[in-house]
Amino acid sequence: MRAPRRPLPTWAEIVLLPLVNIALAFLVVGVIVAIIGVDPFHALRLLVVGAIGSSESTGYTLYYATNFAFTGLAVAVAFHAGLFNIGGEGQAYIGGLGCGLAILALDGWLPGWLLIPLAIAASALFGAAWAAVPAWAQAWRGSHIVITTIMFNFVASALMVYLMVNVLIAPGSMTPQSRTFAPSGRIPAMHDALAAIGITVAPSALNLTIVLAVLCCVGVWVFLWHTPWGYALRTMGHNPEAAIYAGTNPRRMTMLAMCLSGALAGFVGVNELMGVHHRIVLDFPAGYGFAGIAVALMGRSHPLGIALAALLFGALQQGGTELAFEIPSITREMVVVIQGLVILFSGALAHLPRPWLQLLLARRAS
Amino acid sequence: MQALTPAAAAIELRGIDKSFGVVHAVRGVSLRIEAGTITGIVGENGAGKSTLMSILYGLYRADAGEIWVDGQPVEMTSPRDAIAYGIGMVHQHFMLIDTFTVLENMVLGAEGGLMLAGGLAAARAELVRLGRDYGLTIDPDARVADLSVGEQQRVEILKVLFRGARTLILDEPSAVLTPQETDRLFRILQTLKARGVTVVLITHKLREIMAATDRVYVMRQGQIVAERRTIDTGTEDLAELMVGRKVRLDLDKSPSRHGEILLQAEHLSLIDGRGVRLLDDIGIELRAGEIVGIAGVTGNGQSELLQVLAGIRPPSGGRLTVCGHALDARHPGNPAEMRTLGLAHVPEDRLRQGLVAAFEASETSILGYQDGPPFTRNYLLDGPAVGAHCARLMERFDVRPRSPSLRSSSFSGGNQQKLVLAREIARQPKVLLVGQPTRGVDIGAIEFIHRELVKARDAGCAVLVVSVELDEILSLADRILVMFAGRIVGEVAPDRADERRLGLMMAGADAA
Amino acid sequence: MDEAFSFVLLMLASTLRVATPLVLCAMGGLFSEKSGIVDVGLEGKMLMAAFFAAATASVTGSAWAGVAAAILAAEALALLHGLACITYRGNQVVSGVAINILAAGLTVVLGTAWFARGGQTPPLLEGQRLMPLFLPRAGDNVLVYVALLSVPLTWWIIARTRFGLRLRAVGEMPLAVDAAGLSVAWLRYRAVLLCGLLAGLAGAYLSIGQNAGFSRDMTAGQGFIALAAIIFGKWRPLPAFAACLIFGLLDAMAIRLQGVRVPGVGEVPVQLIQAMPYLLTMFLLAGFIGRAVAPKAAGVPYEKEH
Repeated sequence: MRAPRRPLPTWAEIVLLPLVNIALAFLVVGVIVAIIGVDPFHALRLLVVGAIGSSESTGYTLYYATNFAFTGLAVAVAFHAGLFNIGGEGQAYIGGLGCGLAILALDGWLPGWLLIPLAIAASALFGAAWAAVPAWAQAWRGSHIVITTIMFNFVASALMVYLMVNVLIAPGSMTPQSRTFAPSGRIPAMHDALAAIGITVAPSALNLTIVLAVLCCVGVWVFLWHTPWGYALRTMGHNPEAAIYAGTNPRRMTMLAMCLSGALAGFVGVNELMGVHHRIVLDFPAGYGFAGIAVALMGRSHPLGIALAALLFGALQQGGTELAFEIPSITREMVVVIQGLVILFSGALAHLPRPWLQLLLARRAS
Repeated sequence: MQALTPAAAAIELRGIDKSFGVVHAVRGVSLRIEAGTITGIVGENGAGKSTLMSILYGLYRADAGEIWVDGQPVEMTSPRDAIAYGIGMVHQHFMLIDTFTVLENMVLGAEGGLMLAGGLAAARAELVRLGRDYGLTIDPDARVADLSVGEQQRVEILKVLFRGARTLILDEPSAVLTPQETDRLFRILQTLKARGVTVVLITHKLREIMAATDRVYVMRQGQIVAERRTIDTGTEDLAELMVGRKVRLDLDKSPSRHGEILLQAEHLSLIDGRGVRLLDDIGIELRAGEIVGIAGVTGNGQSELLQVLAGIRPPSGGRLTVCGHALDARHPGNPAEMRTLGLAHVPEDRLRQGLVAAFEASETSILGYQDGPPFTRNYLLDGPAVGAHCARLMERFDVRPRSPSLRSSSFSGGNQQKLVLAREIARQPKVLLVGQPTRGVDIGAIEFIHRELVKARDAGCAVLVVSVELDEILSLADRILVMFAGRIVGEVAPDRADERRLGLMMAGADAA
Repeated sequence: MDEAFSFVLLMLASTLRVATPLVLCAMGGLFSEKSGIVDVGLEGKMLMAAFFAAATASVTGSAWAGVAAAILAAEALALLHGLACITYRGNQVVSGVAINILAAGLTVVLGTAWFARGGQTPPLLEGQRLMPLFLPRAGDNVLVYVALLSVPLTWWIIARTRFGLRLRAVGEMPLAVDAAGLSVAWLRYRAVLLCGLLAGLAGAYLSIGQNAGFSRDMTAGQGFIALAAIIFGKWRPLPAFAACLIFGLLDAMAIRLQGVRVPGVGEVPVQLIQAMPYLLTMFLLAGFIGRAVAPKAAGVPYEKEH
């Protein structure tokens, strides 16, 4: 016998419940860490210090957060349309291919101020295209988008390996990577950009792509809640029959939502390839696509929440890397475990703490 | 001399109370149902009748009160208990697995062993016996999805009898039946009564109470407000008790003055993916200033007709002309296009089509009209304009609470329906399609909605009303069309219509 | 002639070897899906089971202890999935994805912490593995036969037993099952536990049957292929089994075709062959299957208002 789900007061829904979910995830992580034989509190301290303890680590945290923001927004836009896009990994990969190809083709011909926007557009286009095929299969054939996007992740991986090994590899290189981009194809690092206006920060991987991420957050917010297409998209996500009644073509809207989603995921390629590696490399999506699900869930699919969640995940990633560095028995995969637990507690078990929270709040009220 | 103790009632409820959050659905209800009788429980939508019976059947747990069966207090924690005590329920929405056969549905939960084979054989034999005893015949190997609605209901009753029920609760059984099928059902109930089965009939249809029951309880807002022997009361008495005031069951309307033809359907047909003819050679004319009512039992093509007329589904054949624009299978319209032509549509299922439960009322108030001015300027939605629009609608149509930022799901059924109607009528459409305008709506709102539809008609709109409530059609329509099996089988003027004749047409038995 | 015959035999054996984990996962997933619980987490369950099988076999020296551990590990994840989906009515796809990610990370974290081999378990000796039973070089260990047996067994349970009837009912219309006096939750939990059992066996097969130890991400998407097989088979055991065999055959052919020049095409890139199961799945999902009809209540948490 379960009591009907009464909503908590708004502040509790948006802030308290997600925090409790994260706390539970961390509790389990602490247990796992203890099982391995490490003091959980020591590990936690290292994590926090590693994330924001220095100018350099903060820079890295923000750099990671940029990627999480892109994939979080991607998953969120699809969620709002009622679609589950698990293909962020593949879309990020192919998006990177897009901007990489644009740069490799044109970096000897075009100046930076022209090439960079072009390459960004290319990454959006390629990412959107990679999402379009599963979208088409769902909209016109009824194939479940979860399965098709998962399949396409694997196909993207195979495709990229093939291209890197056989086609795009830099001549004379031992590892599968392309030649380096010319300076016109690189996005300036943040520490360089700030130095140019007189501010000194420690060097890190953080680059100006974060500006694009912020713009995307704002753009998604405007699109979803302040345009008629965003309205139609959200209608379809809540109630497909009402959307049809209202004159929306659900197939076209599915395509639109997924293409937007894929484009956003594709921007991870911009951050990684144009901002950091300055060449096309393998495996740069590195789990950001899946983590984007956790970011979207924690951020309740709202751009503001996603921005905050992305910062948290960025901190976790950076802190976790430092932690793995300091303590040899904890590997980098611990970050993956944390991500998985956050998805579990924020997504699947999100309602677990409700009865206790309701009790707590009722007691405080009386 | 010893006083004779009164015979124990088959079912007795004492002080049953149930709340869902802030909604106090059942307040201190006590009643007795004597064995071997047919007792009716009547009340408006939302009066608490279904909740009360769900508590009796163990689907819900009462917050307070006692349940007594055959003179003994019992604990009802789940339908399993109810079944064990011989109580069976035939729900309004059938609890049947479409893909299973009749036999498989019957044995679910009472398979008689780990292996199916034995249980199925025993059930087959029992089905034959039940058919003989109660006159309920059905093919045991038929797939439920292939049965008619009346046959499906028979399976539900057989299921309950198969489990050995001595008390049968029927929840709005005639909602999906023609008058003739309803008569047949009540004859079955009389047979059951003759064999000592106790029947509880939940309905909001007063005629059925008068026709079928021995006793009736009237519920209003979660309480029992009256108890009568059926022979001591009548429909007006019951209606007044249900609502608490004198109710006008007739609408005062002036005769229609109709003008040009605004919508014309010629030889319209719709064939689905499996080759089933959902609509067959439909011809309709809608004139400005008239209300055309389409009567028929659910599932005879009315829903599909509305979808085609509203542009949601393209027709397979035939032609549709709306305000001068011709559409057919090769040039299908779409809902957005229909709206620009001046057509508005109040859908049959407001929760599934007419509004978005999670949206605020202001967002719901522009559903279908969000593109272009006045709500979109320069590609952006104009928030203040949308809010002002919603406030105006709520004022004019008395939607409560008057709060545009309230979630659409928080409004009562009647207020939701008024909001949807307001949205569509406020555009001053040339053609207005309305499906089930007062389903799940309280009586006060029903009167309001009916008056608004007549007002729209008087302002020159061509109105099409589809409803399964014959009373509604009879009171609203200037012309009545009857649909059966996807065809229009007859047209009747309301002053020469009577329920019997309409019922026969609705069952396809009378070709007018 | 002899060569062709032995080639066919080898292909058959290869096919079965590759298809075994797919078949076990597919049958397990069928129980879950039929009951209305979508299970994207087959991959994670299989991976976790594989790790614990190899780890336990290495430490205890007994292959059967490994199998038992594998089942326990998979059941733990299955219970977690059940808890999230059934008791807490959470999003089923999200739960499955979470389990996959969790398993991927946890297996390496624990593996590194316990064995310090970068995620691998120590290579297993003969006694610690499941060895072939009848045909020494065909790799037919006991789990291959279990997999083959699981297909008719699954069919029989679903079609001929009381449990199977109720399972199918709860996947179509849980409300009807509830109204009939049965427990929707208990039925679904049993389905989910059956799924865990079979996924556990699949994982054990991978690390201590087919191979000689666990290596990171060794499931390589086979859990998803199993899910695709269920969908091809339109949620019926025998067609799903056939789909698993097709994929097994594809994979077996892939290894043969590496480096071989196909006339008219040239050398087939190894990545294309690796991507073939996924491409084929996509192709069939988009083309022939179109709208396969899932159990009606699949993916929807059952809410009772009490």
